[in-house]
Amino acid sequence: MSVGLPDRPVTWADVNKDVERTVSMPGNLYFGWMCIVALTLFAGIVAWTYQIYTGMGAAGKRTPQMWAMYITTFVFWIGIGHAGTLISAVLYLFRAKWRTSIYRAAEAMTVFAVMTAGLFPLIHAGRMWFAYWLTPYPNQRYLWPNFKSPLVWDVFAISTYLTISVVFFIVGLIPDVAALRDRSTGVKKKIFAVIAMGWEGSDVQWKHYRRGYGLLAALATPLVLSVHSVVSFDFAMALVPGWHSTLFAPFFVDGAIFSGFAMVLILVLPMRYYFNWYPYITDKHLDAMAKLILVTSLVLTYFYTCEVFTAWYSGDHFERASVFAKATKQYAWAYWLMYFCNSVVPLVLFSKKARINTVVLYIVSILVLIGMWFERFNIIVPGLGHDFYPYTWGTYYPTITDSTIIVGSFAWFFILFLGFIRVMPSLSIVEVKEVLPHPLKHAVHGAHHGGGH
Amino acid sequence: MALASVLGIFAHVDTTLQAIRELRAKGFADLTVYTPVPVEEIEEEIEHVRPLSKVRLFTVVGGVTGTATGFFLTIWSSLKWGLVTGGKDPVSIPPFVIIGFELTILFGGLATLLAVFLLGRLPRIRQSATYDPRFTLDRFGVAVACPPDRAQTVSALLSAAGAEEVRR
Repeated sequence: MSVGLPDRPVTWADVNKDVERTVSMPGNLYFGWMCIVALTLFAGIVAWTYQIYTGMGAAGKRTPQMWAMYITTFVFWIGIGHAGTLISAVLYLFRAKWRTSIYRAAEAMTVFAVMTAGLFPLIHAGRMWFAYWLTPYPNQRYLWPNFKSPLVWDVFAISTYLTISVVFFIVGLIPDVAALRDRSTGVKKKIFAVIAMGWEGSDVQWKHYRRGYGLLAALATPLVLSVHSVVSFDFAMALVPGWHSTLFAPFFVDGAIFSGFAMVLILVLPMRYYFNWYPYITDKHLDAMAKLILVTSLVLTYFYTCEVFTAWYSGDHFERASVFAKATKQYAWAYWLMYFCNSVVPLVLFSKKARINTVVLYIVSILVLIGMWFERFNIIVPGLGHDFYPYTWGTYYPTITDSTIIVGSFAWFFILFLGFIRVMPSLSIVEVKEVLPHPLKHAVHGAHHGGGH
Repeated sequence: MALASVLGIFAHVDTTLQAIRELRAKGFADLTVYTPVPVEEIEEEIEHVRPLSKVRLFTVVGGVTGTATGFFLTIWSSLKWGLVTGGKDPVSIPPFVIIGFELTILFGGLATLLAVFLLGRLPRIRQSATYDPRFTLDRFGVAVACPPDRAQTVSALLSAAGAEEVRR
């Protein structure tokens, strides 16, 4: 495998070729990984089946921690999704050129992360075959959901987010799949032809497409900010000490972007290596993502400080006791691990060398994901374990069942993502071409870099 | 009289633009331009004589429908069971704003998708006669619909502008 940049500028035809390579028959290494992921997913399915069969006790659910690792992991996965929408919608509106080469992978990550997150309320609810009770539908008893409940807001927010992410994702894929269609043969061509829906790239199609894409970006921008805010309301609307805070919405959104960018790096770095996409995903891209991780980490540290400060300054006995218990009692290890991973480790990115060093970035990203998972754990488990009355305090112990389901959820995400990158264009052909110099016969004064962005 | 169509295939943005300008100057207005990516200069050249895309109309109608649906659903269903929950009036607007907002985005987004499909004439079952697979790679196409007796003029014009290939 040749690594590095070609000795001439990348042309439009190169982009097509470099993406077509990725949708060919994968090698043994890929299938080996897929087997491991599939087996892990199978273990998760077995564990869920066992939980359905035996009941929620199998998941270690007992008072006071009736929300334990499932809701932790739900919030974690929803957070992961946010970076994708940020890259595809917000950075699109800001005309940030560097988004083009990573946005497809990030958007796929969003869709799959939300699909993973969506499983957890079902797993957590126990009798998931009654999940449809959460949606408003006409029934003979005139029963409607309680629209004042944050959990119902969540249903609306998450399902809207999933739908809009999928729409955005599909719209972006159409011209790229058409490009693959035009250069493939046999069954593959037929499948791509159906997905591309007869896209031809005519002026009328581009005109409406571009307008529609911009409007979708404009709709997705407030949506992405609202989704994690609504998720944070699940906590902030309750009276539990440590939850009942107006800080929660921006705190959650910032943490979501932070963890999402870490996940983008975890996915994009191996893709760049195995697909040899060095001309497209350059050090500039890594640097930009690392800077975003650094900024969101600093903002997060500020929120952590505020959390402690407001608990102290409020003078509220229960708020103070809750923070004190988190920092010093049975969950102290998780609390300090969160500070280390989210506030200390990303500081290394102040160094320019670290921001473009793939090994450093990979390690930082993994630690950030661990830290962000524990952030949600620290809100939920110790929060519920130490509320108003000493006789309701308690410690939660994970079981094999719930741990296996959570590990299985990662397998579910990765099986979707690994599957996607070998059957669909995981680098946007159109958008990458758009930012390359457009082919001109007669050179104009000054370097001309395509329009559009 | 049936129209003939002539297709010119170009390798460059500037030659494509020149061809469009010259065709316009000669009075050929029925053009279809194929590009691998949206090109601002070409879009400006074609679009300055055409009305703005109607996609935004779909988006706004979808969005407003969503807002109305959100508030109607929450208020109407709360009144069906006038139950006081959380010490709040059955019709409490602040929490309903969230449902109204989410449905605005949902309906607005779906309407936008519908608009991209409807206005862009997707899905297309049959390929256009003037389409060439190179248009998704690195070639530009200008297809002109004109009376058969003027096809020769159009071909000459396209070649003169710098077309790599002219098809009739």
